[in-house]
Amino acid sequence: MEKELRLMKGNEAVAEAAIRAGTDGYFGYPITPQSEILEYLMEANPGETTGMVVLQAESEIAAINMVYGGAACGKKVMTSSSSPGISLKQEGISYIAGAELPCLIVNVVRAGPGLGAIQPAQSDYFQSVKGGGHGDYHLIVLAPSSVQEMADFVELGFELAFKYRNPVMMLSDGAIGQMMEKVYLSPQKERSSDSPLWATTGKPASRPRNFITSLDLDPYGQEVFNNKLQAKYAEIREKEVRYEEFLCEDAEYLLVAYGTSARVSQKAVQILRGEGIKVGLLRPITLFPFPTKRIYELAGKVKGMLSVEMSAGQMVEDVLLAVNGKVPVKHFGRLGGIVTTPEEVVENLKSKIIGG
Amino acid sequence: MIEATGIKEIIKPENLAYRKTDIMTDNILSYCPGCGHGTAHRILAEVIDEEELQSQTIGVSPVGCSVMMYNYLDVDIQQAAHGRAPAVATAIKRLMPEKFVFTYQGDGDLAAIGTAETIHACNRGENILIIFINNGIYGMTGGQMAPTTLPGMKSSTSPFGRDVKTMGNPLKMTDIVATLPGTYYVTRQSVHTPANVRKTKKAIRKAVQYQKLDKGTCFIEIVANCPSGWKMTPVQSNKWMEETMFPFYPLGDLKTPEE
Repeated sequence: MEKELRLMKGNEAVAEAAIRAGTDGYFGYPITPQSEILEYLMEANPGETTGMVVLQAESEIAAINMVYGGAACGKKVMTSSSSPGISLKQEGISYIAGAELPCLIVNVVRAGPGLGAIQPAQSDYFQSVKGGGHGDYHLIVLAPSSVQEMADFVELGFELAFKYRNPVMMLSDGAIGQMMEKVYLSPQKERSSDSPLWATTGKPASRPRNFITSLDLDPYGQEVFNNKLQAKYAEIREKEVRYEEFLCEDAEYLLVAYGTSARVSQKAVQILRGEGIKVGLLRPITLFPFPTKRIYELAGKVKGMLSVEMSAGQMVEDVLLAVNGKVPVKHFGRLGGIVTTPEEVVENLKSKIIGG
Repeated sequence: MIEATGIKEIIKPENLAYRKTDIMTDNILSYCPGCGHGTAHRILAEVIDEEELQSQTIGVSPVGCSVMMYNYLDVDIQQAAHGRAPAVATAIKRLMPEKFVFTYQGDGDLAAIGTAETIHACNRGENILIIFINNGIYGMTGGQMAPTTLPGMKSSTSPFGRDVKTMGNPLKMTDIVATLPGTYYVTRQSVHTPANVRKTKKAIRKAVQYQKLDKGTCFIEIVANCPSGWKMTPVQSNKWMEETMFPFYPLGDLKTPEE
């Protein structure tokens, strides 16, 4: 079946893609700049068509725990929020990671800390890729840089979540969530009636009871479990790295940026190329797993890198780890909800890397 | 030996007066001797067995003494974060409305950290059963003051007795949820005597029927003893419960369906 072309906001695209992906349940709570997701789903009323459950919870905390309950039944369930709300969800996310449950969490990032501002930011990078809640765990983190990718990563997110029994976060930002672009939408998929073997669906006589927990009071057992989780993350690091390169073949300098900053950086590359400066862009699509190997390879070819991120310098730490001292790496980014301009990127690459 | 005593002659189906329900596993309970949890588990398991609900049941255990309920009941169970069981159960029931879904929560879990989830699940009238074990204390963490601790009652965090001026008053969650339109059947029971066990079991059986009929939230509080936390023998604790807990938390139905 052919894909349908629509003009949509990123947030609306997530909601429509969720219905079309055959999602079983969405549990959310209003917060700017992502409330359109819940609004769109309530308006679309997929309960009448696909049978998808859409519920406005009493809090972000309740919403993520509803996701826990649905995911433990083997259902395709998701939630969405923005930074302060995602902070509230962290305990639940840790439980979901600890119980090895698949789900999709969308974070349309706004500026922080605290209530911060409602404008786009990328200051939740550490929280997203390093764990976020308590304990040694990782989310698989997908970073869309277009409305199209916000739609596409719903299905990809569920695919990865179920493949690894691991929560997946779509780390978007207020700019991509709010802007309108054309988007090709996949045809409607039917909701699956199959349940994974581990799911709590009511114990038939044919199998032992299933229970979902993250508790093991025996420290030796807990260590075995932690090692199992780490082995899973190692496999994810090995197999699921995704990134996009723009004019990297002959590049002497490299910009590393994701999401909105990648769009801005792409424009900066074009300006710099116009001036005869050979600059390329590496855009991580997965932030966990991070494209460490590829950045290390590129560090052998370029003279320096600028990590562009609307934060005080979070992803730059992973770039520095990947480069391992081979070439200079600097960070540039605006804070507080200000979107970096291409001209600022050009200027900072020149002052911090080329002239530095 | 069996031959000699003639026991083999006695063990016959027609002579069976009582047996442990298969819904209770053979795992050793982690509960203290004399605690009400074991009895509450058993009657819940008996109802699931008698109503042939094993394949239909999904339970949600809390954080607290009953966190490992999944070791004791032979049904599918999810262990929820502290206080969040009603939110977890909400999603289970919404996604699988044909299943029998219950939560089993203590007073710290349900009436302190989980107050919002409890009230909102009840207010939405989620078609689930909430079993609320109220022993007026945090048992698992070693006897700290709970939202349900009585005025003047001593605990490890109210060593001179609960001073309501500085520590607040005990919260009667069952009375609160009874006022909400979403609840259908709200009752307060106990399991400290055979008669009370029978009443509580009857209440659970009613809740099962109401859930089948999609009537809304059923809420059963079981006022229970905590011999370890209260630093009493089981017998003393039951006596103290009757004399001190019941006047504050009177047993009986708070909301019954309009017949």
